[in-house]
Amino acid sequence: MADMLAQCAEPGSLQGLSWLMCYLTSGKHMLFYGSFLTVLALLAITAPIALLFGFGGAVASRSRIPPLRWFGKIYTSMVRGVPDIIFFLFVPIALDQGLEWLRHQVYCDSDAPVRQGNEFIVCAAAKLPLSSSPGWVHDTYGFILAVVAFAIVFGAFAANVLYGAMQAVPHAQLETAEAYGMNSRQVTRRILIPQMWVYALPGLSNLWMILIKATPLLFLLGVEDIVYWARELGGAKSSAFTYPHSDWRLYYFLVILVFYLLMTWCSEKILARLTWRLSRGQATLGGEAIRKGA
Amino acid sequence: MSCAQTIADYALRSIGFGERLLPRTDFTLCQQFTLIGSGLIWNLYFAFLALFFGFFLANGLALAKASRNPWLRKPAEWFIFLFRGSPLFIQLFLAYQALVMLPRAGIEIFGFTVETSWLTKAWAGALIVLTLNTTAYAAQIFHGALMSVPRGDIEAADAYGLAGWSRFRRVIWPTMMRLAWPSYTNEAIFLFHATTLVFFSSFPAFRQNGDSLYYANYFADKTFNPFVAYPIVAGYFIICTLILIGLFGIVNRYLNRHLPGAARRLRYRPQLMR
Repeated sequence: MADMLAQCAEPGSLQGLSWLMCYLTSGKHMLFYGSFLTVLALLAITAPIALLFGFGGAVASRSRIPPLRWFGKIYTSMVRGVPDIIFFLFVPIALDQGLEWLRHQVYCDSDAPVRQGNEFIVCAAAKLPLSSSPGWVHDTYGFILAVVAFAIVFGAFAANVLYGAMQAVPHAQLETAEAYGMNSRQVTRRILIPQMWVYALPGLSNLWMILIKATPLLFLLGVEDIVYWARELGGAKSSAFTYPHSDWRLYYFLVILVFYLLMTWCSEKILARLTWRLSRGQATLGGEAIRKGA
Repeated sequence: MSCAQTIADYALRSIGFGERLLPRTDFTLCQQFTLIGSGLIWNLYFAFLALFFGFFLANGLALAKASRNPWLRKPAEWFIFLFRGSPLFIQLFLAYQALVMLPRAGIEIFGFTVETSWLTKAWAGALIVLTLNTTAYAAQIFHGALMSVPRGDIEAADAYGLAGWSRFRRVIWPTMMRLAWPSYTNEAIFLFHATTLVFFSSFPAFRQNGDSLYYANYFADKTFNPFVAYPIVAGYFIICTLILIGLFGIVNRYLNRHLPGAARRLRYRPQLMR
């Protein structure tokens, strides 16, 4: 390893395979490989939060309190008419400005309005993150805004799925629970929520696929993700001094394409298995098929 | 400058007519509504043509996937896997990079020079990618519907002496369309929404002729205010989506017209496919 590092110090003198090895292990390439983890982290963090948002949305749209129900209905239907990309562009800026505005009210002395013509001005103390913060704080802040944007959009999708799943649980099961003397809270917790997952699973699996395929949009949010690095490293200009090469962006994008194909292919296999597990003992066609086969 | 003048200047700006320069300062609401609405022409152009061509290709592809001949079935399955398994955003990037690599001067075939530079323009290159993408998704939907055509229908057709093409044309295909239509509506909406990606991938907006989100993004960047331009473009999309659902609903009623009580309202469920 040390040999290789010493060798790579002079990329101009290298040729063939050793050139390629040094090229593929350069510092920027390490960041490129790391950015795959960024994508996986986004998936791992967003999915549970979105599910939580979706659950909240679904429960809200079934609520007996009108304002809460209206909120739930609007939240669940907003993704039907508006492209998700608009939310991805809108939510991070809106959130950032909203937070800075709040901090402006608290930390700044001036009464000047934050919007002056085409400027959005808050005092230095209200900036998010503070301009004195190190780079990683800025990156993390950007990533968190991206996660929130994804969670809001996919929460709305999930709310649609879960709302449908709650409606799909056979009424007889809920009535039976009531006949056993459970109150409505108990029916919800002991019957409705455990039983709804098998009905929600096809929708949620599909949603997971959409979520995977939405992750390259991180690039639009200014996060240094795989698309960013593929453009950066593939371009002819970026490494013109150390490792000159022509425009290789096509090959970098091919790598990303294969990565996504693998992701969706694996997910499909795992989700198929999960569907089989959850269908056991259910009063559905799938459950019936498993019972007969066993 | 009056709003009528702004509309005259910018209503067709996205396709290269009217005032050359975009507004730079003192952005009025009228300007934002007009320019973003002008950009909508591109979204409608991409959505309409991609859905039109994609519909026919998807029918063919669905039949190929259902074919017993592996030489037809395997390529169809691979095509569907490729386009459904990867993000459209990456497909657009990749297509642009690949199309740029074609020789500038054109390709010589049998002494004719075939121009290639038009393929790198959004109107052609992005349209091709969107068409292939919707073809794959729609083919999956149509294939699923084809598999769920009731066997009784086919047996009844056999009993009437229908076979081959006429059986497909008169019995199988109408039922397949009827079963697929709710999901296909969903796919059409997804595709329409996906047209906003075109000018955010590599395809350049030639002379700042972009789609509605391109202009909304322009205004949001210039004014540092996302609370005006993005709601405008969202409003346009809601209206167009409602019109789209209405149009597909008419087709749905037509497809179900022979079924008593089945001319139900089309219910749009965004989670079904994609």
